[in-house]
Amino acid sequence: MSVQVHRSNPNSRRALVGAGVLLLVAATLPFWAPAGSASSWMREFVEIACYFTFAMMWNLLAGYGGMVSIGQQAFFGFGGYVMLMLGNFAGVNPFVAVPLGALAAGLIAVPVSFVAFRLQGGYFAIGTWVIAEVFRLSFANVSAVGGGSGTSLTALRGIDKATRETATFWMALACVVAAIALVYLFLRSKRGLALLAIRDDEVAAESQGIDVRGMKLAVYVVAAFGGGLAGALYFVGNLRISPDAAFSVNWTAFAIFMVVIGGIGCIEGPMVGALIFWALNKFFSDYGTWYLLGLGLLAIIVTMRFKQGLWGWVQQRRGWSLFPTRRQLVTGD
Amino acid sequence: MFGVMRLTNTAQGDFIILGAYAAIASLGAVALSPWVIAALLLPLAFAFGYGLQRQVLNSTLGRDPLPSLVVTFGLSIVIQNLLLQLFSADPRSIETEGFNTQSISLPGSISVGMLPLAILAFAVAATAALQWLFNRTQLGRAFRAVSDDKEIAELMGLNAHHVYALATAVAFVLIALAGALQAMRTTVSPSDGPLLLLFAFEAVIIGGMGSFWGTLVGALLLGITQQIGFRIDPGWGIWFGHIVFLAVLLVRPQGLFPKTRG
Repeated sequence: MSVQVHRSNPNSRRALVGAGVLLLVAATLPFWAPAGSASSWMREFVEIACYFTFAMMWNLLAGYGGMVSIGQQAFFGFGGYVMLMLGNFAGVNPFVAVPLGALAAGLIAVPVSFVAFRLQGGYFAIGTWVIAEVFRLSFANVSAVGGGSGTSLTALRGIDKATRETATFWMALACVVAAIALVYLFLRSKRGLALLAIRDDEVAAESQGIDVRGMKLAVYVVAAFGGGLAGALYFVGNLRISPDAAFSVNWTAFAIFMVVIGGIGCIEGPMVGALIFWALNKFFSDYGTWYLLGLGLLAIIVTMRFKQGLWGWVQQRRGWSLFPTRRQLVTGD
Repeated sequence: MFGVMRLTNTAQGDFIILGAYAAIASLGAVALSPWVIAALLLPLAFAFGYGLQRQVLNSTLGRDPLPSLVVTFGLSIVIQNLLLQLFSADPRSIETEGFNTQSISLPGSISVGMLPLAILAFAVAATAALQWLFNRTQLGRAFRAVSDDKEIAELMGLNAHHVYALATAVAFVLIALAGALQAMRTTVSPSDGPLLLLFAFEAVIIGGMGSFWGTLVGALLLGITQQIGFRIDPGWGIWFGHIVFLAVLLVRPQGLFPKTRG
């Protein structure tokens, strides 16, 4: 009897082809979309892309790394502010400044982790929230970036609207693809396997020779980088930044919502979650407080009734897996 | 409250605000003294806490901190928006018939407000009562037992679900008290909750997990730091408080007077 390790399945191969076609259609959007609506479509996509990238990173951190944070908006805002400062003060092209902002967010995550990793579980969650507040209050007191009322991204002044929107759109598309590819390839690598082991049992993983601390730090830094990327991208699209918007806990709240609704600990989860969130946002956000109230209730109900989220529920019933990160043993003789 | 149940209630602050609004709303409905209203609210809060823990939160407890975090975070959003819908975003407060502006003079031209003094007295009394409850009563023993080892405690005949629910009920009595006092001292608005949660959390960590007197000291330390910070520059007061918390975390992660571990 021979044993083979399968790392993909027909569904996942189809999904890969489908994703490629979808990507091609999306990438050429500026050329085929009706002139009147192209601009608003692209704006909408950029926004969703930011939410999605951010949710993806939160999923990596909480769903795979087991670190439930309510403070990821620290990196979102930091990425945005660094991008803006590089653009406004250092004369860097804002589109180049976006990855630089993300890099800065990843770097700052290293010292931040010294403090944050002192806490575990629920304490870690609220501790990271405090850290995000420190970020917010710090930027709110820097008058060079407008203090509490924020400032505008003036570096894009010379670029005309159509070019700017198209460039932002392509950048957002690249971010989404990069976020999926990064998480997918990382989880399929040897280090990804180590990460899953840590999530399932930290002590057991350490006894098998896995560097738990190092892995956790790596995931924290990667998630901060991704969060910073989402933030920098969002504020290139938005052109205006303020501490309350950049470091709002709502960013993490929405990410948690998307991940929990879609399904934590799988790549498809945040995708499904982001689609649901986008649809809810589009049709119900006019209801204001009632809409947010409903979102909160929905998160509570899904957590209590569908512990694995909607995609997890589907996966259990149908065994679908579009982005398989597990190794499946198939015995054949 | 944080240390005992190993459940992180991210809606803690919002429940305080909910308590404050409950007091404000009932004051508007019936003409009684604020103190009577507050006293009447406490048994209600006890029942509410018991029911919430029994019906909702117990099912989220476990090794994984995520479900309880998401559920309480969801509750936090629900409470904030419900209060926003019902009471609008205007800040409100409880009128205490001038009690909040009375003060007693001390030698050396220092005067101390009556209300802050009363609040401090409440805080000390509540701390002492909790300490007594935990160390001297059968219920307190049950709390400590399920906190240390739930399975063993259950083997000894305790119903952990019931004990957790009672612990939350006790916590909610204090939350309601805090809410009423908060509304008397200053104004409350529906979005104040998260900040209160962060302060409470910082006080617990600074003071050391599971120690009630430690928490009181932590809260005093945090409050004084913030006031000094506000004196130096109004924009930096809360920032200073956060920094003290982070410094304590770096230098002495177990807090100043720790009782329970991890």
